[in-house]
Amino acid sequence: MIIYVQVLYLYQVTCSVELTREEESALKGEHGEIMEMAYRILVATGEATDAEKLIPIEWTHLSGVNYNTIGDAGEEFLSSISKDARVKVKTTLNPMGFDADNVSNYGLDENFISKQLSIRKSYETMGVTPSFSCIPYEIFDIPKKDTQVAFAESNAAIHANSYDNLKTNKESAFSALASAITGKSPYSSLRKEDSPNLTIQMKVKDPNELTYGMLGFFAGKVGDTSVRISGLGEMDTRQCKAMCGGMGTSGTCAKFLFGEGQPGVEKIDFDEKEVQNVHDELNTAEKGDIITLGSPQLGLEEISDLTKKLKGRSFQKRCMIFTPRTVKEQAKKIGYINELERAGCEILADCCTCLTPLINKDNVDAVTTNSIKGAFYLKNSNGVDVNLKSLSQIIEDETL
Amino acid sequence: MKKILVNGNVKGSILKTEMPINFLGTVDKKTGIISDKNHQLFEKSIKDSILLFPSGIGSSVGAYTIYSIKSNNSSPIAMICKKADLTVATGCALANIPLVIISDEEFSSLENGQKISIDTKSENVITKI
Repeated sequence: MIIYVQVLYLYQVTCSVELTREEESALKGEHGEIMEMAYRILVATGEATDAEKLIPIEWTHLSGVNYNTIGDAGEEFLSSISKDARVKVKTTLNPMGFDADNVSNYGLDENFISKQLSIRKSYETMGVTPSFSCIPYEIFDIPKKDTQVAFAESNAAIHANSYDNLKTNKESAFSALASAITGKSPYSSLRKEDSPNLTIQMKVKDPNELTYGMLGFFAGKVGDTSVRISGLGEMDTRQCKAMCGGMGTSGTCAKFLFGEGQPGVEKIDFDEKEVQNVHDELNTAEKGDIITLGSPQLGLEEISDLTKKLKGRSFQKRCMIFTPRTVKEQAKKIGYINELERAGCEILADCCTCLTPLINKDNVDAVTTNSIKGAFYLKNSNGVDVNLKSLSQIIEDETL
Repeated sequence: MKKILVNGNVKGSILKTEMPINFLGTVDKKTGIISDKNHQLFEKSIKDSILLFPSGIGSSVGAYTIYSIKSNNSSPIAMICKKADLTVATGCALANIPLVIISDEEFSSLENGQKISIDTKSENVITKI
């Protein structure tokens, strides 16, 4: 009888997030309303994901920045909490809606601009680094192996787990914000271990970045929290980022492992037929009115490569290039920005193709891009048609 | 099996639906009235109810909507779901609205209009009154 009672007791304990005395008192409101709310978010998220405890994290990357996505409710919320909330760990930020240096060229309404600037101010007041970038892994130093971080941007979470040896779940805007304020995160899922029950066998010959974006998109649909991929050759930065961006768009999966994996694990092929399926789903136009590059944003290496590819050539249509501000500044010093502008490109910092308010169906029918992530959101959120092409194909078709 | 996602202690009447709720875009932030024509609760207000529904669906930004309806005093006083989803979990956490997850059997046993009390610190979290 005594044993039976103990077993019941153990069962109850393993079912809930165990808090330290300090965490418990913060949850009760003894450290102020903001801490109480932040711990409420961590506990609710932890219970929903069967976490057993909270653990310290060293870096958070927040989503929920673009006024296009968070709207008035988000703007008001951030403005209200920024009076008291301060971040406790290094905290970086996703892109916003525009580049303040050239926003006047894009006909955005005053309300959008003022609400976006209010959001920016709220984050800065809270002590967040205003990086406005979806590629924190390229513009900040990577901490040592196995460091726990909390990344809300899906492509960044996947990149951190798969290429940077960091540990994060695919956080929501809110769980990441709560982690920034408390320095903690629920210990669950990919923070503990990963044993993918599925291996995707890459069967497509001569893949380019578009193929890898499609592979990621496919993997995100069929994978659970992590997935193994076999048959990959050397991949360059552009291809790695395309794969992370594609995967983050289509599901909840947040990690690639590479190689064959254990025998007996279920295997599926990614072949020409699957390429065609993703193409049919996302490609809705034979040509675009404008071109966008950067979703995820382009890093310095890609900007440098693009500058080389465009030597002596010019775009015959508008081409928008999205990049973090730090990269734009470096590229300017080196002379790349001058070269790209000469070739007809518009360079935008602090924002991204993904969920941009600068493109909509009133001014554009179709967009040409090499980004699967960009294509998905252009089609579903901006409501414009998409023409998918690899970068080399875009340069061949659209420049002289 | 019960799971407590957000703590609290309230008494009220159940507003029940068998359909999931997408808080982003289908709930009026000022009034708490459901504006989705295809929803069972169309034109009904969720204000001051104990909202009983299977789970939330849709964008995680819906959590801000839950915070907004609470700020406008038009939110439910508690929510009960069958499945824990992160949008409703974080929304209720932001807005400090008690949230309990119950089994399918318990969900079936609770009826629309029924008066109950919820006390997440007590042994019987949900009591019919």
